[in-house]
Amino acid sequence: MGKTKWLSRLKVLLTAAMTMVLLSGCSDKFIVLDPKGPVAETQQKLIIISVILCAIVVIPVLALLAFIVYRYRDTPDNKSPYKPDWHDSKLLETIWWGIPIIIIGILGAYTVRDTYALAKPKVAADTKPLVIQVTSLDWKWLFTYPDQKIATVNYVQIPAGVPVHFQMTSDAPMNSFWVPQLGGQAYTMPGMAMQLWLQADQPGEYYGTGANFSGKEFAHMRFQVEAKPQAEFNEWAKGIASGPNAALTKEGYQELAKPGSVEKPVFYSSYPPELFDEIVDKNGGSYMEHGGNPHKAGEPEAGKSEGTTGGGSNHDMSHMNMGK
Amino acid sequence: MAQTAAAGHADHGHDHHEDHEGLKVLGFWIFLVTDCILFGTLFATYMVLRTHYDGGPTGAELFEMPGVIAETFILLTSSFTSGLATLAMHQGKVKSLINWLIVTAVLGAAFIGLEVNEFINLAHEGATISRSAFLSAFFTLVGTHGLHVSIGLGWMVGLMFQLKRRGITAVTKRKVTTVSLYWHFLDVIWIFLLTVVYLMGVM
Amino acid sequence: MLDKIKDFASTFFVTGDPLIYGADVSIALTMIAILFVLTYYKKWGWLWKEWLTTVDHKKIGIMYLISSLLMLFRGGVDALLMRAQLALPNVEFLNAEHYNAVFTTHGTIMILFMAMPMMFALFNMVVPLQLGARDVAYPFLNALSFWLFFMGAMLFNLSFVIGGSPDAGWLSYPPLSEMSSSPGVGQNFYIWGIQISGIGSLATGINFMVTILKMRAPGMKMMKMPLFSWSVLSSCVMIIFAFPILTVTLALLFLDRFLGAHFFTLDGGGNPMMYVNLIWMWGHPEVYIVVIPAFGIFSEIVSVFSKKKVFGYKSMVFSMMLISVLSFFTWVHHFFTMGAGADVNAFFAISTMAIGIPTGVKVFNWLFTMFRGRIQMKQPMLWTLAFIPCFVVGGATGVMLAVAPADYQYHNSYFLIAHFHQVLIGGVVFGYLAGIYYWWPKLFGFKLDERLGKWAFWLWNIGFYLCFMPQYALGFMGMTRRVYTYGWDMGWAPYNIVSTVGAFMMGIGFIFQVWQISYSIKKGDRDLTGDTWGGRTLEWSIPSPPPVYNFAVVPEVKEQDAWWDMKEKGLDKIRPDHYEPIHMPKNSSIPFIMSVFWFVAGFGFVFGWMWMAVPGMIGVFGCLIARSFSYDTDYYIPAEEVRETELALRGNV
Repeated sequence: MGKTKWLSRLKVLLTAAMTMVLLSGCSDKFIVLDPKGPVAETQQKLIIISVILCAIVVIPVLALLAFIVYRYRDTPDNKSPYKPDWHDSKLLETIWWGIPIIIIGILGAYTVRDTYALAKPKVAADTKPLVIQVTSLDWKWLFTYPDQKIATVNYVQIPAGVPVHFQMTSDAPMNSFWVPQLGGQAYTMPGMAMQLWLQADQPGEYYGTGANFSGKEFAHMRFQVEAKPQAEFNEWAKGIASGPNAALTKEGYQELAKPGSVEKPVFYSSYPPELFDEIVDKNGGSYMEHGGNPHKAGEPEAGKSEGTTGGGSNHDMSHMNMGK
Repeated sequence: MAQTAAAGHADHGHDHHEDHEGLKVLGFWIFLVTDCILFGTLFATYMVLRTHYDGGPTGAELFEMPGVIAETFILLTSSFTSGLATLAMHQGKVKSLINWLIVTAVLGAAFIGLEVNEFINLAHEGATISRSAFLSAFFTLVGTHGLHVSIGLGWMVGLMFQLKRRGITAVTKRKVTTVSLYWHFLDVIWIFLLTVVYLMGVM
Repeated sequence: MLDKIKDFASTFFVTGDPLIYGADVSIALTMIAILFVLTYYKKWGWLWKEWLTTVDHKKIGIMYLISSLLMLFRGGVDALLMRAQLALPNVEFLNAEHYNAVFTTHGTIMILFMAMPMMFALFNMVVPLQLGARDVAYPFLNALSFWLFFMGAMLFNLSFVIGGSPDAGWLSYPPLSEMSSSPGVGQNFYIWGIQISGIGSLATGINFMVTILKMRAPGMKMMKMPLFSWSVLSSCVMIIFAFPILTVTLALLFLDRFLGAHFFTLDGGGNPMMYVNLIWMWGHPEVYIVVIPAFGIFSEIVSVFSKKKVFGYKSMVFSMMLISVLSFFTWVHHFFTMGAGADVNAFFAISTMAIGIPTGVKVFNWLFTMFRGRIQMKQPMLWTLAFIPCFVVGGATGVMLAVAPADYQYHNSYFLIAHFHQVLIGGVVFGYLAGIYYWWPKLFGFKLDERLGKWAFWLWNIGFYLCFMPQYALGFMGMTRRVYTYGWDMGWAPYNIVSTVGAFMMGIGFIFQVWQISYSIKKGDRDLTGDTWGGRTLEWSIPSPPPVYNFAVVPEVKEQDAWWDMKEKGLDKIRPDHYEPIHMPKNSSIPFIMSVFWFVAGFGFVFGWMWMAVPGMIGVFGCLIARSFSYDTDYYIPAEEVRETELALRGNV
């Protein structure tokens, strides 16, 4: 039957087209494949390795399918062999238990390597990371800069070439903080201080979004990430702190935390310094062995996550909230 | 079962029942596996939340061990008497079977009474299910066990009437077997409860 | 007084949206039409005696099938609504709340009220027949399972017109699903709809496990059992271990909402992440629960339509059982990004990838079953052939998702959406459709029309690729799932419009299938032999549709493909010289009545109306007692009647 052959060819074509799209990545619309920082770069490489390894199996299988369906179709004049009782071959079965095991073995090795690599912050010895605290609210993002003592909503500026240590929590249903061009996402969880290390190599504007559904206006939880040279960043932070912007007070925060979305970025010249810790504690942070106090958890200790997560916790993973 | 239908003519009716009842006991064993997982999940949530007092009372402050130990003895004894009931059944003594079931049910009711009493006392002290995550997990775990025991009680009472009316048949035999299996199972769960909730709670 | 009633009605009934009013009207009209037809043709008694109280696995299977097709329609309409909303940027077709409700009900219905019952339909339609049994182990429980599922599904669907639909996603993560963020009754509908049908699913798992272990025809050793039955066993093992976790998880969420407990709340020491762990400990095995039976179906079909023995039977069995074990060790891959730490992520990444190994082996075995065979392009085989490339690609993207560090970039994006639709549609839906086409003649006695079927097939397949391939690209473009609108700025529009076109093509494909069924009822090829396709397993040895007792004489099994073996040895023409009376279970009204009480209780709990919930629960227990006290539960079909039935069905005895 011609149609089935057709079908298989169509599939091969589609798969090939998809692989092309994946590998090209040059189009600037495919932001995940257009990394602008070391974390996203590692992840992009891993994506490409996994595509290639999968293709090694997928393409021959599809070709084999097309071949078999064509050759053994049930037509009266088909002369290819017909062996209705042939159902067993130790050799063949060994081969196809073996192939996926090898492929998975290779991919697994890469995965484990990068899982551990990314669990450690990528900090060069001579740079001091910038700390930014992230709080997801209904339905907006609050960014507080403990060193610069300023706060922003739905806008975050970072210095280019400097690792940024995001400490993240939520004072609303959980969300996920994602800046695709700088690196993969991590959840913002109530009562926990999650860690995410990102860095932009070049100045530029990057798309940031909430990635985990958190209610009605979730679709509007986007934020802009802007990377500027260090000097400009310092200028900017100073400007915010001393400019005409209002200060974020506790009452102001209560107001901000109420459900609703925010159209344009908002800037605050200052904020209550203990705000982030209070949010974490209020939502159950005191029960999290490591997440309760972001300052305890925050320091490069993140790299030691092996120690705290090695299945050592006896019940489930809910206590193991150490950052990657 | 159906497969044997073709085999023998004279006694096929008998065969069916024997086989059918055996099937039901196997099914009940599998049900107990699922119930085990149900309790396992509740134990896991309790383990996660057991220290989440939210400023409320702790286990050590709340638990009255004498009552709990009494409950334990009563339930263990009832497990023993339900075993005696099964023994009587195998000896074909309907009366003694029913009597032992009555003793078991009375002990079960006493256990439930004590537990309800404990819960009421806790509630009076302000330790309700909505006070803290620890108490939510406590009431849910212990309450689920209590609910199981209560259902077992109702089942046992219903079974006594059936035994009285029909005597020991293949069907009633199977029913006594499953209910006593259930009863022993709840006993085992209680031992874990006693250890994990009460003993670890006061230590 | 009037104001009070008005007030109540406006919160009780869902109001405001013309779409909903339109649906209300169509639902009301359908109900009236059904009531009218039943009354006019005096079919109430027939409905009650033949269907509502039946314990016959074949009829239960058919009822499952009809319900699941209805739910496929509803879930499909949900999907088309979503695709219409997302076709272009800034469309104002659905508002945020409506969109959120639609994707929540789409997911919940498709998995729990479409895939599960369609799977149970196939269990019921096929397994006892394949095993050479006269019914399942517990026919009464089987009927109860069906009615629990049905009432649970109806309760869930009721939220559409009464009270408001759930809108916190198909797995309802707290704290979003807690009272603090979802104060309406929608979440309660979600909890009770799933809870009631979940009890039924658990019972079905036990039922079929015992059926398979204990009710096989004499001589059918485990390693001679048809592969579909093996896949059912594998699925049942997972049901038994996974569903109690779901029961507990939903119960705890309800306690939070109903009694103010603090399992997953923000305050009071609750831990929302515990819910995420628990729900995926059920949720991950759940997707394997639905896909493994599809593997079994493909194994049967590939062998029959290649006219060849299945390749590597032992590997097939072993890989299925391996998958059911591994499926319990992968749940964390649904939240690699919740900061579990490198050790945990590495473990779950590897365990997830490892599932690709047995799955890959199965694909090779299917290929080599066709190798040196003679492939017939009948409808069941077409769907099987479409499944293989679709599932292979979907599986490959699954392996990609399992790479934990890379998952940080795929998670919650359209890449993920494309992946799981590819394995769920390509695997589960294609598989179940293949199974329905394959076993339809056995249950109904006629084939489904080939020509209309081919239309449906191509519309579904082309539609599928148009719909989901662009979604992989959208994932790489940063589009996240569950957004109800987006702007022109990201360049997502062209991909979304293609995707929407594809979705509507699949919708048209479904319409062709409805047409195909209604056309074939009148004009489909009648199946007179009982062996429509040249089958290999026991279900093809009896007439189509099978008599109530299935097998007049229980067959003796010698080989793996028992019926094929009998045909080769010429035993298929031999008729028994005499018949025995057959022992059968009696119909019972208790499953239906008890499930109605569950529905009443569930509805009461949803609204917190104890005056309704308590009598409902009392009714449930009353039914249990009534069942315990009923001893007159079976009967015998006399040998003479069996003889006459066989004579009528086969024309020779």
